[in-house]
Amino acid sequence: MDKFETLTGIAAPMPLVNIDTDMIIPKQFLKTIKRSGLGVNLFDEMRFDREGNENPDFVLNKDAYRDAEILVAGENFGCGSSREHAPWAIKDFGIRCVISTSFADIFYNNCFKNGILPVALPVQAVDVLMKDAEKGANARMTVDLDAQTVTTSDGEVFSFEVDAFKKHCLMEGLDDIGLTMAKADSIKSFETQAAQARPWV
Amino acid sequence: MSPKTLYDKIWDAHVAHEAEDGTCLLYIDRHLVHEVTSPQAFEGLRMAGRMVHAPDKTIAVPDHNVPTTLDRANAATMTEDSRIQVDALDKNAKDFGIHYYPVSDIRQGIVHIVGPEQGWTLPGMTVVCGDSHTATHGAFGALAHGIGTSEVEHVLATQTLIQRKGKNMKVEVTGKLAPGVTAKDITLSVIGKTGTAGGTGYVIEYCGEAIRDLSMEGRMTVCNMAIEGGARAGLIAPDDKTFAYCKGRPHAPKGAQWEAAEAWWKTLYSDDDAHWDKVITIKGEDIAPVVTWGTSPEDVLPITANVPSADDFEGGKVGAAQRSLDYMGLTPGTPLTEIEIDTVFIGSCTNGRIEDLRAAAEILKGKKVKVKRAMIVPGSGLVRAQAEEEGLADIFREAGFEWRLAGCSMCLAMNPDQLSEGERCASTSNRNFEGRQGYKGRTHLVSPGMAAAAAITGKLTDVREMM
Repeated sequence: MDKFETLTGIAAPMPLVNIDTDMIIPKQFLKTIKRSGLGVNLFDEMRFDREGNENPDFVLNKDAYRDAEILVAGENFGCGSSREHAPWAIKDFGIRCVISTSFADIFYNNCFKNGILPVALPVQAVDVLMKDAEKGANARMTVDLDAQTVTTSDGEVFSFEVDAFKKHCLMEGLDDIGLTMAKADSIKSFETQAAQARPWV
Repeated sequence: MSPKTLYDKIWDAHVAHEAEDGTCLLYIDRHLVHEVTSPQAFEGLRMAGRMVHAPDKTIAVPDHNVPTTLDRANAATMTEDSRIQVDALDKNAKDFGIHYYPVSDIRQGIVHIVGPEQGWTLPGMTVVCGDSHTATHGAFGALAHGIGTSEVEHVLATQTLIQRKGKNMKVEVTGKLAPGVTAKDITLSVIGKTGTAGGTGYVIEYCGEAIRDLSMEGRMTVCNMAIEGGARAGLIAPDDKTFAYCKGRPHAPKGAQWEAAEAWWKTLYSDDDAHWDKVITIKGEDIAPVVTWGTSPEDVLPITANVPSADDFEGGKVGAAQRSLDYMGLTPGTPLTEIEIDTVFIGSCTNGRIEDLRAAAEILKGKKVKVKRAMIVPGSGLVRAQAEEEGLADIFREAGFEWRLAGCSMCLAMNPDQLSEGERCASTSNRNFEGRQGYKGRTHLVSPGMAAAAAITGKLTDVREMM
């Protein structure tokens, strides 16, 4: 997995609440058996019309935001379907950090498995960051995972919370499965004990 | 011992390892797999040279992509990309030696209907699936939730999940439901009250007389939509109804093992003085048949209400409500019962069980549909067979419904069952998101009885007027 340490980049504003994973990547693009290549279809039904022409009003179609690496969005980002195609599409497009007041649980977890940092901040902070993002390509934000801060283009700093284990894995780019397999003895002894306690399972 | 909630008890029985910071390895008793969120996980195993850790606890069934038309045995009914996913599942099930119900098997159906039907889902278990509606299995007092594909791979490889414990939320539904009010109305009403993020970070336990009174099918409907309220998992404490449902199922324990299992299951309830981080109480008597008007499952109103205006909301919801109204093509102030419906869809893991079909048949008996298109998609081949046997299928066909084979179908419209642009649907599914049932399609979520009533009148209709 790709590491995430610090990122300075353009932030795209999406001041819409309840952005669901069907919006992020509509179901017609779930018929893939690969993880890659979904970036061209990120937000497909908002980004393009039926003929594939760009919707000029959509934020990621504006010249200032085509190279956005950060997304600032309204509350409850990533709700709905568990599809990991949503973070795959976000990452493939080039976005490495999503900032919101809140995230749906499954999406939040999925981000960490894919080198994406979801940052949850209070509404006042997200309002400031949204306004900063609206300034366009010259206003670049900095996200520092080690320091757990987001810094606006004006130098205003906001601190965020993140689970220490998730932070560690993201900063080191660690493979969860490898880490868990190192605890094989614990799993084995649990299985032995559970087979006695609940043999019907 | 300190008092515990049901969630605490199941959690504690499944922690295989706990790190100093509280990060746990939660052991998984049942891993359900479908064709859309698993191919990349199996591919990951192959690339790393890993095996499935517990193939006997892993159950696969294709459901999202499969055609539901009667001619689906003909391979040409499936698009190339769908066929690749289903073929991949066929191959992965065979290569890794996991339990499998292929499209041709009568037991095939929606993974969340097949699991309970076959007795894979039992009280006190941990159940996961790469699908957010895994919450359904919580109806049995199993800790069940959706996971992403990376987590699917993690469970395949280790039979565990890296987890931190969530918070406890109690949703109590007191008293009795009025006639015409169903489990679907309960679960939508709860979401209407808490919002789609109200349950984020929590596991919900549903309790109270109105929940106890529900059948297992109804309880599955309630827990199924816990995720629409933001909660990864919903739970209902197991009781005699649960045990009666499980007994005799193909993979339920038998004989002495059943006795031992039932004895343990009877300890699975929340202690009287257990700690709750959040409590919501709703009076069953106050719940009406409801319908969604917008593009979020929290946009819930009684069928007797009018379409709201964006001004009725606050904060970020003002813009979202206006966007919903525009998308749905609705004018504020319009009575919901004046909204004309083009299509009716009855099915899904929310409402594709036998009891749902019975409720629809009761309304449809001797009537004809007025909508352009009406479709009933049973949740499994066995539900379909039972509906045929009970004569429900004849009622559906005579009323003008298409009577389909089992699958997810128009709930997420990954197969050819889709709405066209602007087409308005009364649907028993679980999500009314933009584009969910087809590009620019418009979805109103309702109970099976309400869907049947809308099919007959061609408008959203108060089912109580047809009873």
